[in-house]
Amino acid sequence: MTPSLSADLTGPVAPVLRERGQREVFCGLTGIVWLHRKIQDAFFLVVGSRTCAHLLQSAAGVMIFAEPRFATAIIDDRDLSGLADANAELDRMVEQLLARRPDIKLLFLVGSCPSEVIKLDLSRAAMRLSQRFAPSVRILNYSGSGIETTFTQGEDACLAALVPLLPKSDAPALLVVGALADAVEDQLRRSLAALGIAQVHVLPSRSAMELPPVGSGTRYLLAQPFLADTARALEGRGARRIPAPFPLGAEGTQLWLRAAAQAFGANMATVRAATALQAERAAAALARIRPALEGKRVFFFPDSQLEVPLARFLHREMGMQLVEVGTPYLHQQHLAEELALLPADTRLSEGQDVERQLDRCRAERPDLVVCGLGLANPLEAEGLATKWSIELVFTPIQGFEQATDLANLFVRPLDRRTRLRV
Amino acid sequence: MQLAMWTYEGPPHVGAMRIATAMIGVHYVLHAPQGDTYADLLFTMIERRDRRPPVTYTTFQARDLGGDTAGLFQNALRQAYERFDPQAILVGASCTAELLQDDPGGLARALDLPVPVVPLELPSYQRKENWGAAETFYRLVRALAQPRTREKGGRPVCNILGPTALGFHHRDDVVEIRRLIERLGIDIGVVAPLGASPADLARIGEADFNVVLYPEIAGTAATWLTRTFGQPATKTAPLGIGATRDFVAEVAALAGVDPAPVLNGQAARLPWYSRSVDSTYLTGKRVFIFGDATHAIAAARIAREELGFDIAGLGTYSREFARELRAAAAEHGVEPLITDDYLAVEAAIAEAHPDLVLGTQMERHVAKRLGVPCAVISAPMHVQDFPARYSPQMGFEGANVLFDTWIHPLMMGLEEHLLSMFRGDFEFHEGAAPSHLGAAHADAPPVVLPANAGQSWSPEAEQELARIPFFVRGKARRNTERFAADRGVAQITIETLYDAKAHFSR
Repeated sequence: MTPSLSADLTGPVAPVLRERGQREVFCGLTGIVWLHRKIQDAFFLVVGSRTCAHLLQSAAGVMIFAEPRFATAIIDDRDLSGLADANAELDRMVEQLLARRPDIKLLFLVGSCPSEVIKLDLSRAAMRLSQRFAPSVRILNYSGSGIETTFTQGEDACLAALVPLLPKSDAPALLVVGALADAVEDQLRRSLAALGIAQVHVLPSRSAMELPPVGSGTRYLLAQPFLADTARALEGRGARRIPAPFPLGAEGTQLWLRAAAQAFGANMATVRAATALQAERAAAALARIRPALEGKRVFFFPDSQLEVPLARFLHREMGMQLVEVGTPYLHQQHLAEELALLPADTRLSEGQDVERQLDRCRAERPDLVVCGLGLANPLEAEGLATKWSIELVFTPIQGFEQATDLANLFVRPLDRRTRLRV
Repeated sequence: MQLAMWTYEGPPHVGAMRIATAMIGVHYVLHAPQGDTYADLLFTMIERRDRRPPVTYTTFQARDLGGDTAGLFQNALRQAYERFDPQAILVGASCTAELLQDDPGGLARALDLPVPVVPLELPSYQRKENWGAAETFYRLVRALAQPRTREKGGRPVCNILGPTALGFHHRDDVVEIRRLIERLGIDIGVVAPLGASPADLARIGEADFNVVLYPEIAGTAATWLTRTFGQPATKTAPLGIGATRDFVAEVAALAGVDPAPVLNGQAARLPWYSRSVDSTYLTGKRVFIFGDATHAIAAARIAREELGFDIAGLGTYSREFARELRAAAAEHGVEPLITDDYLAVEAAIAEAHPDLVLGTQMERHVAKRLGVPCAVISAPMHVQDFPARYSPQMGFEGANVLFDTWIHPLMMGLEEHLLSMFRGDFEFHEGAAPSHLGAAHADAPPVVLPANAGQSWSPEAEQELARIPFFVRGKARRNTERFAADRGVAQITIETLYDAKAHFSR
C-alpha cells in the first residue's frame, strides 16, 4: 500500500450539519479515568458535587480495583451558604489527602460544573497550596466541567495545564502529544528512532517529575485529535505543529511517521526503509479482516473526537461506507489532513441533538453504530449492531501493531451476531 | 466539603431517575449539563435495560449561562412532551442547575401542558439517591393518588410499594413477595413504582393496606397514604426466615386472614441446611455487616439467629435510618457505624478482624485487600447484582439464596479442619484458596499489622504465630498484643502467646 497525501486532497464538500440539542456525551472529568493510570504519580482531586463522584465511579468503577488516584471534594450546602469558607475547606481536603498519600508528587485540582458556576477560583487555590506544599508536591488546576468540556477535552485541559511547567529548551526535538498506552508509546518511539529522529519526548510523561522540554526548536506531533488547547499552549511556548493525520490504521500510522520524518529532514527512502516491514505486516493482516467490514455501512454518534480519524480508517483501509460521522467538536485545522482523506459526500455532524440523530440513525438502518454506553443496548434491542465508543478511548489502538486490534473492535459486534442463535 | 473516593449513593436526581425508569408513561425533564447524561448508562449497562431511561436533559453549556437557560428548559420540556407523549411528567434540576435557580416547576406551569406535571425539589448538596427516590415517589403518589371508591368487604387487597429500577434484586423480590401474599388469599392492587403507570398510582387508594418492601424508598409515600387514606403499612422487611415469618403474620393480621397455611407449607431449605452437621463450622464466625439500613439490620438478625454467626460490626450509609440501626446495634452488642465514608468503614473492618464481611461492592474491595471473604448484601449496584437467574433476597426462597450467597465465600467445613490439622503442609497451607473458589482467590495477601509501639515479638513467638491458621491469626496477634500491653509486657514470647490464648478462651 502506498498512501498518498497529495493526489486526492478533496475532502467533504457537503456542509457540516451543526446540531444544538440534547447532547448525550460524558464531561471532561471522565478523562481522569485514563490520565490517572498514565501519569503514575499524579492525583486528581475533583472539586464538585456528589454527581461528579458518582460519574467517576460509574465510568471507572468497573475497571479499577486498586485504591484510585482520584477523589472528589464534595461541595455541600455549608459551602454554598457561606457557613463554611469553601477555600479553607478545600485546603483541609488537600491536607487530608496528601497526608494519606505521601507518594503523590503532582496534584490536579479539577474544576467541575458546580465549581465553575459558583466561581470557585481553583487557579488561586492551586497557587496558594503550591506555595504551601512545594517542593514535594506540585499543585495545578484545570476544568473538566461539562459546561465547558466534552469527554476527551478533559485530557486537553489537563495537558494544557502542564505546559507552563515544561522546562525550556530551544534544541531541536520532537514532542509527541497525547496520552497513549505505554506499549504503544514505546512502539512509536522505536519507529521514530528508526527514522533518525534523535530527540523524542512525550506529553504526558509517565512521571510528573520528568516533564519534557519545550521551546523554539520543538516540533510537536499530535497523537490524539482532541488537543486544541494544549496545542495552543505549546505554540505559545514556541513549538510548531507538524500537520499529519492521526496514527490510526496502517495508513494513518505511516502518514503520521512520515510527517515527523519530513519535518526532521529525513528523505523518503529512509522513511520507506524504516517503516516498510511494519506497514506491510499491518496491511496484510488488515487485508484478512477487511472482508468482514467491506461494504458495510457505519454511523458514528459523537463521543471522543476520534470519530473523523476512525471513519477515515474504516473507509480507506476497511472499505466501509460512512453514513454519518458525528463528532462533538470538529477542529478544522487539526483535522485538515484527515478530512482531505474522506470521500467528498461524507455527512459530517458536529454537536448533537440526540433524538434527531437517533431518528436519522433509525431511518438509515446502518450495519454498525458507534455510540456511547447510554445508547448501545437500547439500539441493540432495536436490532442495530453497535460498538461502544468508550472502548476506542480505553484500548490501545494506535500504531502499526494495533491496526488489527482496532479493526477487530468493529468486527466483533458483527461477528457475534452471526454466531448467536438466541 | 467531604472527601470521597467512592460513594455509596448517587445524587438525589439519580433516585428520581430510578422512579421514572421503573414506571410506564412517565417522563423526567431534568435541567442539567451534558455530563449528567452519564446516568443513562447505570440503567442501560449496569442493569442492562433495553431502553433508554425516559429522561430528557437540557444539557446547557457555559455559553448558555449568560443567556436564557430558562428558555432552554421550556424548549426541552415542550419537545419531550411532544415526542414521548407521557401520561405524567417529572421536572427538576440536577446539582448544577439547582445553582442557576431557574425554577423548573414554575417554568413548567407556565407551559400549561395537558398532563400532570410534578415538580421535584431535590436538594443536591444535602441529600442523596435514596432520599431522592423516596421524595420522587412520594410526590408522584401525592399528585396522582385518588381516595378509595371500592366498598369495604370482599377479598382483601394490598399494594406492594418500593421496588425501583436499579434496585438491589428488586425485580425478583417482587415476584417472590407477590406469590407469598397471593398464597395468603390476598389480592395485589398496585405494584409501584416498578411497572406502574400514572393511572395505576391513581388507584393506589383502593387497597386495604400497603406492603412496604424497601422503607428507604417507599417509607415517605406509605406514611402519607396512612395519614391521608388510612391505609396501614407493613413494618417488617421479609429478609431471612424469621423476618419472613413475621412478615407473613403481619400481612395476615392486616388482611384478617389465617397465616398458618403459608407458614406451615413453606419449603425453605435454610433452616435444615443451617442445622445440618456440616454447618457447625459456621458457629461463632465473626461477621462484619454494612449496607443500606434495611438490608444491614436484616442481615444481622439472619447472621445471628439463622446461621449462628457472631456480629463483629454493624453499620449503614443510610443516615435517614440511623435510629433504627443504632437500636439494632445495641441489640447485637456492637457499636453502630453510621457513615458514608468508605475509608471509615475500611478502618472499622480492619479493626474488627472479621471472618466474613457482608457489605456492598465497596466492602468487597476492602475485604479483598484484607484477605477476608465477603458477600454482597446491598446497593450500590454492580452488574453482578443483576444475575440472569431468579435470585430474590426476600421471602423463603430469598432466605435460601442468602444461605448460598453468604456461605459460598467461606472455607468449607472439612477444609477448614484439614487446614488446622496439617498446618504447614506444602499443599494444605494457609495461602491455598478454598478449593471451590479457584486460584484467583489465593493471592490476596494477608494483612500484617504493625506491632504496637513499644512491643516486639520474639522470633520463636513470631514463628508460633505463623502456625496459627491465617483466618484467626490476625485476631490472635491482636489479642496477644492487647494482653501484653495490658500487663506491660514489652517482649512477646511463646509463653505470652499461650497465656493470652488461655486468657481469651475463658
